[in-house]
Amino acid sequence: MAQRTRSQQADRIRHLLETEGEAIHTHASASNARRYETYGATDDIEALRAEARSIKEDAIDRLPDLIDTVKNAVEANGGTVYVADDAADANAYVSEVVRTETEENGIAGDGDTPSVVKSKSMTTEEIDLNDALEADGIDVTETDLGEWVLQVADDTPSHIVGPAMHLSRPEIAELFNERFDPDEPFETAEELTRFARDHLGERIRAADVGITGANFVVADSGTITLVTNEGNARKCAVTPDTHVAIAGVEKLIPTLSDLEPFVDIIAKSATGQPISQYVTMLSPPTDSPTLDFDDPDEPITGDWESAEAASADGNATGDRDFHLVLLDNGRTDMREDDQLRETLYCIRCGACSNSCANFQSVGGHGFGGETYSGGIATGWEAGVHGQESAAEFNDFCTGCTRCVDACPVKIDIPWINTVVRDRVNRSGDPESYDFLVDGLTPDVEEGGLDPGKRFFGNIGTVAKAASATAPVSNWLADAGPVRGLLERTLGIDRRRDLPAFQRESLVDWFEGRGGPEASSRRAERAAARENGADLDREVVLYPDVYTNYVDTDRGKAAVRTLEALGVPVRVPDLPESGRAALSQGMIATADRQASKLYAALAEDIDAGRDVVVVEPSDLAAIHREYERLLPERSVEQLRTNSYEICEYVYGLLENGADPSALSTGDGAEPVAYHSHCQQRTLDLEAPTVAVLERCGYAPETSDAECCGMAGSFGYKREFYDLSMDVGERLAGQVEGAETVVASGTSCGDQLETLLERDVPHPIELLAPGEYRT
Amino acid sequence: MTADTVGRFERALEGLEVGLERVSAADARERIETIAQEPAVGAPLPFEGVSLPESVTTEPTSAELEAARTGVTPVGFAIAEYGTVAVESTATGAEPISLYPERHVAVVAESDVVPNISAGFDRLAEGFADGRDSVVFATGRSATADMGDLVHGVHGPGDVHVIVLEDR
Repeated sequence: MAQRTRSQQADRIRHLLETEGEAIHTHASASNARRYETYGATDDIEALRAEARSIKEDAIDRLPDLIDTVKNAVEANGGTVYVADDAADANAYVSEVVRTETEENGIAGDGDTPSVVKSKSMTTEEIDLNDALEADGIDVTETDLGEWVLQVADDTPSHIVGPAMHLSRPEIAELFNERFDPDEPFETAEELTRFARDHLGERIRAADVGITGANFVVADSGTITLVTNEGNARKCAVTPDTHVAIAGVEKLIPTLSDLEPFVDIIAKSATGQPISQYVTMLSPPTDSPTLDFDDPDEPITGDWESAEAASADGNATGDRDFHLVLLDNGRTDMREDDQLRETLYCIRCGACSNSCANFQSVGGHGFGGETYSGGIATGWEAGVHGQESAAEFNDFCTGCTRCVDACPVKIDIPWINTVVRDRVNRSGDPESYDFLVDGLTPDVEEGGLDPGKRFFGNIGTVAKAASATAPVSNWLADAGPVRGLLERTLGIDRRRDLPAFQRESLVDWFEGRGGPEASSRRAERAAARENGADLDREVVLYPDVYTNYVDTDRGKAAVRTLEALGVPVRVPDLPESGRAALSQGMIATADRQASKLYAALAEDIDAGRDVVVVEPSDLAAIHREYERLLPERSVEQLRTNSYEICEYVYGLLENGADPSALSTGDGAEPVAYHSHCQQRTLDLEAPTVAVLERCGYAPETSDAECCGMAGSFGYKREFYDLSMDVGERLAGQVEGAETVVASGTSCGDQLETLLERDVPHPIELLAPGEYRT
Repeated sequence: MTADTVGRFERALEGLEVGLERVSAADARERIETIAQEPAVGAPLPFEGVSLPESVTTEPTSAELEAARTGVTPVGFAIAEYGTVAVESTATGAEPISLYPERHVAVVAESDVVPNISAGFDRLAEGFADGRDSVVFATGRSATADMGDLVHGVHGPGDVHVIVLEDR
């Protein structure tokens, strides 16, 4: 947001929602749904993902060796390898190849301008190859239909896989009718495609040079793999007698057998197809005859018998020329960067974009940088174009983690986003208004951190102060002038309801009713009534900021439920988990908080107590992010001994606790349940569903990826409209249900705003004593 | 290969709207002639006792390739799991002949239909070792959704037929 003000950013998002949102959502969500289906139908999907990741880890580790290997292999085949340091270097080399080629062989077709046909390649977008070639007087035609539409429209890709995803059929038809003025105006996709096939077919037949990217490059055989559905990459590669393939150095994999898992998984993750129409594996120069359409009467195969003989001893037919351009452009530095290295494992399938609720609303023109878009784009842009380009859109990532399950090579994309956010924070200039949050923010961050981020990153301290002064603080916060100030200084949108802080925190309530001793007595009584499981467990309920100060009801419900099932509870005053700080990219603050929380819980864990967490994002911090912050043994201790509340209740019921001690339904009582993004990534939706079912409810789960609120995101003025757009999709799924429950704080808040009714945590439905709205 | 594998191949192709016919080597020529709409071009078939019909032009000129409605090629092997045929880049032009015309007729020996992608990669590796190191896994018909709806037959064929030679 360094380049734009909040209101400019808000305007831009609103514009994208209106102009491109619908087309993007239609296509991205359909690909995402197909991915679920295909992943679900693939028995060994997890093994496949693990294998793909391990091959990439190994390949990036051995990258310098693989570059030498592929050089030898391609040269032995009769081709050339050029390693380009940066965009200018790569472009100059390709331009020179085209010039030399046309000087030697003359210009194909009728014109006197050298011509190039290209198949879709994000790497050539990254280096702006088309502009560079055109500046050198070379005619360039994109042959992938989506890319060609963009070339005609003078537009840029909005998705790694579906570059023209943001344009609808009528928009494309209008563009083509205007540009090509056909006798009969184009209307259907069929007509448009037919026209494109004929038009581009001519270009391909007359081209001097064909340029492709490469999805994978097998180092030891020099095999270029191109994955497409249209067939244009094959035509570009084998029709002209010169083929140039351009690939980032990270596309190298060691051997042919390493290719198998990628061929198997790339289409599944990208479009949800079991396999793409064409997986082209070329070890150029190939034996395939070149096609000279200027000489229509000459057999294409020439004297193929002698050509066969020639190829039998390993030599190509001789009239083919092949160049592999391997692009560095920052990748070697990314390899040295412990946090960005994982980005290089990316196979550019776009699954992270498709699974992202925010991307589904605004697309890559909002959620992207100079070239790359979607979740993984932060890593790419920071690596190849620099932090400024990544800063533009980094805050679109809410850290929901839905892309973590989607990524075929298991890249921790939200972590890369957090790291880049942290680096962007530190590069900023100190702003005014800092004094406003100074008193409330005991963080250890340096540099000109955005005051809004500092505020949300220290929400625990804010909540503590607000609770101490409630209800005055609530009245104040709702007052018009204060909302105006909050909006101007911290960027908190005034249309958003603020959380109402409770005067009595959950910790105080718990102490007030007798603390751990009283809790033990209650649990014992329940056990005596044979409601409890005979488990001899004891629970430390983690009072996250929201449960402790705002929605104390869900904390009380958790305590009552556990006691009714025979488990004594403690609710000590515990430090923040660091989740809020991480959301703002404040890694140093989160690190400090994680250490404090571990220290505060260590004795309980040693005493054999279980840590039970109500807020899924706090549990996710402990289970996922702490491995980046704490020593391995500490993380293992915490991970093994901490549970989500409904997961824990599920365990108790499985071990003999009697659900009749809880508030149960009649067996068919419908409940719409929205799990929580991070909770789903942790596979914790199923236990909640199972508990609801065991307790006599008929839960229906939502399949919207996210509620659109995702912590502080929805409060921020620039993201308000986007947050509501995403939220409305979820609300649309659940609004018909009489009872709606949600596990996450943000999800509940968002649904309450949109549905204008109470949306409790499932534990509030289950706790003894009827839930009252 | 077992009939079961061919059955699986057939079901996968059905899902892709690609027809499969099992014929004996003796009947292949006649079947190909029926399926190949003229003008047709082809790459010679390497199966014993099977030859292309007269109506299929081998060693086509570029003009004949451009005008052809059908391209007939052998394929090295097929993968039943996905309904994939492996088209090799040969000096006889199998790659462009399978790609340029609107209809592709792929001829495969039943013994070359392998069950899954893993077995396919084993075959691929054997081919690479023998110098056949440029291969296309072609699955179904060329397709795009870039113009707003799914359309088949974009740069490649919109119509594919597979002939399995039962006794080869």
